Amino acid sequence: MFNALSQVATVTWLGLRTVGQRLGSSLATIFGVMGVVGVLIVVLSIGEGFRRALVSSGSDDTALVLRSGSDSEMTSGLLRDHTRIVAEAPGVLRGAQGPVASAELYVVVDVPKRSTGTDANVPLRGVQPAAFQVRDEIEIVEGRVFQPGRNEIIAGRSAASEFAGLEVGNKKRWGGVEWTVVGIFEAGGGLSESEIWCDVGVLQPAYRRGSTFQAVYAKLESAAAFDGFKDNLTTDPRLDVKVIRESEYYEAQSRTLHSIITGLGVFIGLVMAIGATFGALNTMYSAVATRTREVATLRALGFGAGPVVVSILAEALFLSLVGGALGSAVAYLGFNGFRAATMNWSSFSQVAFQFAVTPPLIALGTVFALVIGLIGGLFPAIRAARMPVATALREL
Amino acid sequence: MKFFPLIWSNLKRRKVRTVFTLLSIFAAFFLFGYLAAIRVAFSMGVNVVGADRLSVIHKTAIIMPLPVSYKERIASVPGVEAVTFLNWFGGVYQDPKNFFPQMAVDTDTMFDLYREMVVPKEQLEAWTADRTGVIVGKATMERFGWKLGDRVPIQGTIYRKQDGSPLWEFTIRGVYTGREKEVDTSGFYFHYDYLNQASRGGDLGFVGWYVIRIADPAQAAEISKKIDSLFANSPAETKTQTEKALAQSFANQVGDIGLILTSIIAVAFFMLLLIVGNTMAQSVRERTNELAVLKTLGFSHGQVLGFVLAESCLLALLGGAMGLGLAWVLITSVGDPTNGQLPVFFLPGKDAVLGAAVAILFGLATGVLPAMQAMRLRIVDALRRV
Repeated sequence: MFNALSQVATVTWLGLRTVGQRLGSSLATIFGVMGVVGVLIVVLSIGEGFRRALVSSGSDDTALVLRSGSDSEMTSGLLRDHTRIVAEAPGVLRGAQGPVASAELYVVVDVPKRSTGTDANVPLRGVQPAAFQVRDEIEIVEGRVFQPGRNEIIAGRSAASEFAGLEVGNKKRWGGVEWTVVGIFEAGGGLSESEIWCDVGVLQPAYRRGSTFQAVYAKLESAAAFDGFKDNLTTDPRLDVKVIRESEYYEAQSRTLHSIITGLGVFIGLVMAIGATFGALNTMYSAVATRTREVATLRALGFGAGPVVVSILAEALFLSLVGGALGSAVAYLGFNGFRAATMNWSSFSQVAFQFAVTPPLIALGTVFALVIGLIGGLFPAIRAARMPVATALREL
Repeated sequence: MKFFPLIWSNLKRRKVRTVFTLLSIFAAFFLFGYLAAIRVAFSMGVNVVGADRLSVIHKTAIIMPLPVSYKERIASVPGVEAVTFLNWFGGVYQDPKNFFPQMAVDTDTMFDLYREMVVPKEQLEAWTADRTGVIVGKATMERFGWKLGDRVPIQGTIYRKQDGSPLWEFTIRGVYTGREKEVDTSGFYFHYDYLNQASRGGDLGFVGWYVIRIADPAQAAEISKKIDSLFANSPAETKTQTEKALAQSFANQVGDIGLILTSIIAVAFFMLLLIVGNTMAQSVRERTNELAVLKTLGFSHGQVLGFVLAESCLLALLGGAMGLGLAWVLITSVGDPTNGQLPVFFLPGKDAVLGAAVAILFGLATGVLPAMQAMRLRIVDALRRV
């Protein structure tokens, strides 16, 4: 047993030491695997980043109340009386100024995109004062909060950087009303950062919405209080509403784009992996071919077929792992945190997000690299082990 | 041509390597085919929308409705040939992930304006006659396995029926196909009257947006201005622009993602080519002394150059043709890799031609360096090498 292990170690070491002599083809393998892993990770990091921007916005102990049948704020509608019933319902956290619940109105406005200068739909959210307690991660980083009753807006950090003219002090004209930007806020990287906020009391008349709202965001006493809160509202005969956890709501919104990107990413990754596997096979076959006499000499000296197979496999795995590591590094250094904005079809508005190269993605990339190395090394290794020693020794 | 057997036996010299090289090239061009299709999918049909159509949307945002009374006033503007309107329904079929667009439309004018959506005449008549009828695009029909005459229940998220139920039933009376491949055939068009009369609260009084056809596309800017001035300072001001501009603004909203995706795939494609190119060049280098033998036998420099180039071009063309071919077959028969979430997905003919050109260029590029070396080779030097 020990003998076999030391044989493996010797032969593997010999193989790895001589990688330099086959530099051209070894580099091709490394480069190929690097490409596969890099592309796979970057594409998937788009979907991951988009999901993270949405999912990190939702918390388990916040409930979202919509009109039943609607699947986003955009399509929902609630009357003022109904929002009061929701806010007063048992299970809602109560603060010094009453229930921590905010009835909100959600419209989209055209704001030119900085990068292209073309108009994009940016969400303009009218909120009640409690909104800042419901989303306690919100922090004003520049300027101040809007004053109730005045046509003032605050812009999320991502919105202000993606779209033009949202600097503090600027004026904007939407819905026949002139708005002044008075502050910039952050929300821990969440979805709110892509939005513009104002007092719901001034947004309703500006958009002729009377006294209607679209959703109520309510902070619950605890995440466990959700079921009771939901049952209570959905069985209330005065109401016709749908109650969901904020976290689930955002998860559902991110699903479509995430699945498109993931589907495409995995598909492209697989096709590339197939191409790179053939490249690795070529490299390893030629590595075996140039080492024919060396391998045969080892066999003649009494080394077994097993150690030879293992050593060639190890060499292929080594090359592909180096490629995988390089690919991950390029993806991480070049693309992690890369900022982009796209359309969130469920709410018909822009979401700004950052590419996220996460550990699971790197793990997936490494698995791809290992599989390429394994397949690329296995067949050449078997061929090397099967070569008759006498003929192989004679070969040039 | 008489040297073809020689080139062929050179390729057979190391069968395994030739096959693997071929398969790598195949994978690269397969990817190229999908790259072209994905690019089209993300451009969202910007190139096909009619130049003679303008869309009139609410100035603030397209989701804001416009009064139904605007139709007559828009029609009265000189230069406007026809007016129709659409209203987004936003319903769900079985599960939210089965997304496809549903619109309530004006039955009399809709398909007259959208002539790129082709509906057989008798189906169009059947649709017009049935208030709950719907005309569905081919892509969506195939995606859900629907047939003419099927009844389709759609859960409304915005609109409810008078009895408060969100469930709307439609009967498929027609199927439209695209006059060109770029036409999005995922749509679902039903009577605006049905929506208007059956929805709770009755008589909506508004529509989503208007689409008009103008007699002279050159007058688009002028007519747009006229229409917008008609509604200036009213509660619902309008923004009139060509459909192309509107489609472009949507494509821009989806934004950089399409561009980033296609750039990444393009990088991947060229990386694969680089790797294969290296292997192919190496295989020529290994045969230096064989080439010297050829020269000794009296083949000219030019002929040796030709052999090497012909070999690499043959490989590139074979692999490229196989890759593009299979990509085309799969894209046409199976569709996009995300299960029908990209409504327009096909391999444009000009990209296929481009792919073939890239394949030939690639063959020349990988062959030319080793071929030049082989050509300049002095026979004595080469024969001395082991």
